[in-house]
Amino acid sequence: MGFEPVKILYALISLFLIFNVGMLISGITRKIGARVGRRHGIRFYQPYIDLVKNYALRSNVSHGVMFYLGPVFRLTGGIGVYLFIPVIYGSEYFSNFSFAGDMVLVLYFIFFGTLGMALGAGEGGHPYSAIGIGRGLAQVTAAEIPLVIAFLGVAIQYQSLSVTEIVAAQQGGMMQWTMVTNPLITLVGLIAFLGTMSRSPFDVVMAPQEIPIGPPTEFHSTFLGVLQTNRAIFPMAKTVLFVNLFFGGAANWGVLVLKVFIVYMTSVVVGVVFPRFRVDQSIRWFYKYALILGIIALFVTSLIIR
Amino acid sequence: MTKKDLDKRKVTGPDGEKFEVDPLRDYFCQERPRVHDPARRIWEGFLNWARSESLWILGYGTGCGAIEMRPLMTPRFTPNKHRIQWRPTPWQSNVPSSAAICPSRPQARGPGSYEQMQGPKYVVALGSCTINGGMYWDSYNTINRLDKYLPVDVYITGCMPRPESLLAGFEKLKTLIREGRGEGQNLYAKHFDEYKANQKKIIRDWDMPDYNW
Repeated sequence: MGFEPVKILYALISLFLIFNVGMLISGITRKIGARVGRRHGIRFYQPYIDLVKNYALRSNVSHGVMFYLGPVFRLTGGIGVYLFIPVIYGSEYFSNFSFAGDMVLVLYFIFFGTLGMALGAGEGGHPYSAIGIGRGLAQVTAAEIPLVIAFLGVAIQYQSLSVTEIVAAQQGGMMQWTMVTNPLITLVGLIAFLGTMSRSPFDVVMAPQEIPIGPPTEFHSTFLGVLQTNRAIFPMAKTVLFVNLFFGGAANWGVLVLKVFIVYMTSVVVGVVFPRFRVDQSIRWFYKYALILGIIALFVTSLIIR
Repeated sequence: MTKKDLDKRKVTGPDGEKFEVDPLRDYFCQERPRVHDPARRIWEGFLNWARSESLWILGYGTGCGAIEMRPLMTPRFTPNKHRIQWRPTPWQSNVPSSAAICPSRPQARGPGSYEQMQGPKYVVALGSCTINGGMYWDSYNTINRLDKYLPVDVYITGCMPRPESLLAGFEKLKTLIREGRGEGQNLYAKHFDEYKANQKKIIRDWDMPDYNW
């Protein structure tokens, strides 16, 4: 298949759309959270204003090259995940740059941002950043294992590493979704999903109360703006990926936004209900329950395939 | 951090390599703050609107009056409704609301936090004692006028000011920002030497770099 330059345009449009979806969902989520706590809460479009304000700050101070590159790498991770997964099933405009082995590449991109951020925040030199990075890398690494297992399970089930093919195999009604055909692997995937969304109970990385917001402590103005942009795109990209792998993908933007909202809200609801894990507890939890459940799910999947 | 931590010293790295550390040069920026000109008229108006609608506040409470900032954070007064959000780190805030009496020790960190903020930044001074000392006007370890040490945008009188008056003060600040009068950062940069001299006058054992960013 040849490369068509017009695909870049489609990918940019798709990126713009998902950015807005991300901003709105994060605003609405905060609003719902506030209303549940009987507060008034922010306006749902407040994230946009915060973003404009941060980009518009007149001064910024850099601590070095990696400090610049940290947010850039983080944003690259977010955009990278998004650009290599098909967003709308069957649409030639919104398939982005998906190819036969995109699932493996996406796994790299999910971890890439965290590493870049670790280098950048490390150069900031603030002790809180260092603590945040230490916790973040440990926890993300632990959450990555069930994530890889879940991906592996899906790949075994559909005998494919291409997200497009996996979505295609799930077409034809809800009973074809991985959620129904293989609930165990979906459960493992969702556990890993919770672990990477930096929400309670796995939000010890940011921990606003003890280590003021962790790795981004030193990031300000434009740097923070880039990180905020990523915070709109990256969770959405991950959620779209999960919708594709486990919930049958989406054939149009309406269905996509609905599914993404519901999957995203699972992490929010879990976060509201459960208090924060300490980092040692969360790692132990991932290794003790998620890993064992994942291995069982892998066995079950292989048996089903036979 | 103490004064000694700013001295040059030899450090042994984890792999046994020895190297020299000069904290003032290595850990802190050596540049003075400079004046940043506002953008063109309509564009600056839009940006000022965004700034006024998104006030990120560092609650720098050093005295008794700061107790009134806590009720302000509660659902009863809903700061979010007034576009006010609290940030835990000075790097990301725009408004240090410096509270009440400023004993000399916390006052030393006040300018540091202020300088770490990236402009445009606005100072809201809570309580009568930031204006003329209030009931602490003859105390041995407080300053009387905050304006000598940081460029204050809005004073909120009262001893202590109720959360309602704090909200009124923040509303006033928003009006000032929208009118383009929140240029405290440039004022600070323009008169940096005078502000610094005043700050050094009250903090005898100056154990910080001159530029705190």
